[in-house]
Amino acid sequence: MTTYLSNNWDTVLAALEQHIWLALLPVVIGFVVALPIGYLGVRFPWLYHPLVNVCGVLYSIPSLALFVFLPVLLGTKILSPLNIVVALIIYTVALLARTVADGLKAVDPLVVQSATAMGYRRFRRLTDVELPVALPVILAGLRVATVANISLVSVGALIGVGGLGQLFTRGFQLFYVEPIIVGIVLSVLLAGLADLVIVLLGRLITPWTRFQGAAS
Amino acid sequence: MITFDDVVKVYPGGSTAVDHLSLELPTGRTTVFVGPSGCGKTTSLRMINRMISPTSGRILIDGKDVAGQDEAVLRRGIGYVIQHAGLFPHRTVLDNVATVPMLLGKTRREARAAALELLDRVGLAAEFAGRYPAQLSGGQQQRVGVARALAADPPVMLMDEPFSAVDPVVREGLHREFLRLQKDLGKTIAMVTHDIDEAIKLGDVVAIFRQGGVLAQVGTPQELLTQPADEFVAEFVGRDRGLRSLSFESAAGLPVRPVAEAPEVLLDDAGRPQDAATFTQEDSLRLVTDLTITSPTGIAVRVGPDGKADGIVSHHDIADHIARIKGQK
Repeated sequence: MTTYLSNNWDTVLAALEQHIWLALLPVVIGFVVALPIGYLGVRFPWLYHPLVNVCGVLYSIPSLALFVFLPVLLGTKILSPLNIVVALIIYTVALLARTVADGLKAVDPLVVQSATAMGYRRFRRLTDVELPVALPVILAGLRVATVANISLVSVGALIGVGGLGQLFTRGFQLFYVEPIIVGIVLSVLLAGLADLVIVLLGRLITPWTRFQGAAS
Repeated sequence: MITFDDVVKVYPGGSTAVDHLSLELPTGRTTVFVGPSGCGKTTSLRMINRMISPTSGRILIDGKDVAGQDEAVLRRGIGYVIQHAGLFPHRTVLDNVATVPMLLGKTRREARAAALELLDRVGLAAEFAGRYPAQLSGGQQQRVGVARALAADPPVMLMDEPFSAVDPVVREGLHREFLRLQKDLGKTIAMVTHDIDEAIKLGDVVAIFRQGGVLAQVGTPQELLTQPADEFVAEFVGRDRGLRSLSFESAAGLPVRPVAEAPEVLLDDAGRPQDAATFTQEDSLRLVTDLTITSPTGIAVRVGPDGKADGIVSHHDIADHIARIKGQK
């Protein structure tokens, strides 16, 4: 194992770096795209159910199918990392748009009402009151999306771009177990670390949640 | 002054929430809207700050039609308190109170300094400033709600069932605080409640609504208790309204008999009564009546400012006195 690592250190590191980019860039972009979409699902209640259904359908498309199909749709090269990024953005949006909508819907109507009565205009009420209050729900969705993306990137190895997934394909091709183990361990560590970062960040920016459910 | 000028609210679907309401809420006074559920009292309240817009008619604050004003700007000038307080769970108590001043463009530092002062004003210690609403009891949350509404010192306050979510003991305390604050501040207040006792206790003017958004009667609490306009009002203010109207009669005019006539009243060396039900000239006739009923001897003792007994009354004295004042009216 150590010999494999020392001999292939650069390959493993490059794979890990690519994995991080391929998984996390879509989380960031997907989150930014999902916010307004989720908001629209609450602002216009008739949009909510169509939104949930479309998100459900998108999320159920098999990833490999999407990876193969996207180049046709986007005109990209089959080996372009862009295919993976776009596919994962779609999954992230599908997951988070609904979470954002549900988070905003769960904000106590009395809180929204009192914000309105105090003189908040719609946009500032959203940014200053509704989104912060919905944050715990949204962050929970973000954790799921991040971990899911980290595991999905590996599938991209089957079309040649897949971060740590490439270690799996190489291992299978060479009947060689070391890269597979290294790939698995690193993806699990990466997923765990990313999850932990979001949890800690969440605690930092939502200090009030520690007291909720205590007194009332 | 807040003026309702022939205001009608019909909801989509055709149900009438407010039916041709014309009403004036005097400046610096508390006007309470009371009535059964579905009587349009809350709808009426929310039309003042344009949370709901009327189907027809006008609402004016000091002669200015609210319909012509920017909604957000109008609302920043009107304090708003609701049931369960509606506090922002993600902000500390201090930042909740600082909300409207910040919306009005004050710096965070200025707004927080003013907020700290207000916490003191509503009877919350400074140690609560850094806590989150979830760490407070219902009564404390309601105090923060009041402080938040007062933060920008608005001349007008709207209070929607502000004290109904707390237990009776806490509510009693909040009522006292409210009356004390309002005595100092003299805001023009519109308050909604379904509790007639609360309305009578807190209102300078009480407007009783009936089902269908019709104003049944408006007047001082005393007027409603002594001269209900119709069967509905009489029923609503309660069958014990005679007794309750005594709350508004002072004990000052009640004739007392010499203390010596009641040997069962024990006095200490300084002339102060021992273990007796006592009242002063400032108390209401209702309190004195209550004292004579609960006192085992059937006698209440009046005390002067020095705490010394200066007279006694019994049930009979009160009954005679009430008969006399009724005869005068």
